Amino acid sequence: MSYVKGLRCRECGGETPVAPLHVCEICFGPLEVVYDYAAIRRVLTHEAIAARPRNLWRYRELLPLDGEPRVGFHSGFTPLVRADRLAAALGVDELWVKDDSVNHPTFSYKDRVVSVAISKAMEFGFDTVSCASTGNLANSVSAHAARAGLACYIFIPDDLEQGKVIGSTIYGPRTIAIRGNYDDVNRLCSEVADKYGWAFVNINMRPYYTEGAKTYGFEVAEQLGWRLPRHIVVPTAGGTILPKVAKAFRELRDLGLAQGDFKIYSAQAGGCAPVVQALHKGTDLITPVKPATIAKSIAIGNPADGFYVLKAVRESGGWGEAVTDEEIVSAIRLLARTEGIFTEPAGGTTVAVTKKLIDQGRIPRNEPIVVSVTGNGYKTLEAVLDTVEQPFRIAARLTDFDELYARLAGGREANAV
Amino acid sequence: MVQVKIPTPLRKYTAGAGSVEAQGATVTALVDDLERRYPGMKARLCDESGQVRRFVNIFVNGEDIRFLKHLETPLKAGDELSIVPAIAGGH
Repeated sequence: MSYVKGLRCRECGGETPVAPLHVCEICFGPLEVVYDYAAIRRVLTHEAIAARPRNLWRYRELLPLDGEPRVGFHSGFTPLVRADRLAAALGVDELWVKDDSVNHPTFSYKDRVVSVAISKAMEFGFDTVSCASTGNLANSVSAHAARAGLACYIFIPDDLEQGKVIGSTIYGPRTIAIRGNYDDVNRLCSEVADKYGWAFVNINMRPYYTEGAKTYGFEVAEQLGWRLPRHIVVPTAGGTILPKVAKAFRELRDLGLAQGDFKIYSAQAGGCAPVVQALHKGTDLITPVKPATIAKSIAIGNPADGFYVLKAVRESGGWGEAVTDEEIVSAIRLLARTEGIFTEPAGGTTVAVTKKLIDQGRIPRNEPIVVSVTGNGYKTLEAVLDTVEQPFRIAARLTDFDELYARLAGGREANAV
Repeated sequence: MVQVKIPTPLRKYTAGAGSVEAQGATVTALVDDLERRYPGMKARLCDESGQVRRFVNIFVNGEDIRFLKHLETPLKAGDELSIVPAIAGGH
């Protein structure tokens, strides 16, 4: 049964029935799903949730489907890792990493939003799904479409790294490389979506797609024992996940399912920080930028939902920071070497910003902190290629190893691998 | 004349046309001309103070006007102006 009442414009409040639509007919504001919380409150309990499989659908009353989910039965419920060694390195008492680098099946938080978008697209009766993307989103749409047996078209800029292209094409979508940059691809896709009547996960499925991001927040709260994190740092690209994590916490609190106050912080790369700049300037006006950072998965210079990031951060009493590419790479190494988690530059950004906020005194050292890791480092080896140590090359002779070991131990380099 | 690309939510004003012609020496003048040709259009693009709405992107020859001179961006015959609703991140 559905708990969805309809769609409402986040700008002007205009209401419209559930449909494959993403902008308000009146003011172009984004449409958001409206739920019947009174009905949800009667059925959604800790016990009901605990009895369900460990995937993102365990919070299904708070997700926008009318019927049964179609994909994503292994997506979500990623580890919340107690990160004591990273905590020690940053000089804080209690630190957690919510680790979507191991999300199923394509190793990023996108598997959450795409599970919801594709299930909803199938409910609407679409037989073709599509997206504009440079990486994680295309990977996830391609994989879920394959699993669901849907036709799939992926639109990408024509200058992408091979790894990102293959991470989609292996699943068999039609892949179209556009001569131009990501903005050109996105513009074309809004016209293709109009003309061909496909389900574009980040265009006409957007109100449903973005709701999937709430599950990241639901899980953090549940895994903390139905307590909201005092401080949570979340990366910002287009601005989808941060406001939805804040919304997830508010929903749980309003439904009486979780207690506590939270402050939410936005993390951006210095080479693409339009939201953090607006936050620091104290303005609502986000000036777009031309991205220049290794953190490509969050390099969106014109964030569609940036305004809602500002709002969520300010309402919670949080803040935001930006860090350099060098800080990002060094944070990727720090997370790998303290917690054994290998994240992409977006995750490095979040760790580096967490460190900066702690050093600034914005986040106190004696309160619980959650760091959001949303993607996997194995997809972006180029980002760390020049900074990791090369292997020691020796012959297959014990004496050669003895000699090397003596040198390493003597030089106190035993940890260098 | 400037070629103007019209997104679906605005095509009710253009009798369904996805591309129309209009004129103006700047984006402001062009929006006013669009309003003359297709009454009701301006209020959809601009707020009460005349600024472009937060969720509307305007591109001139593929470049976001916020990187140019905003509403005062100059136009000439043969230019292409695209009106695009903001799109969620898809990286």
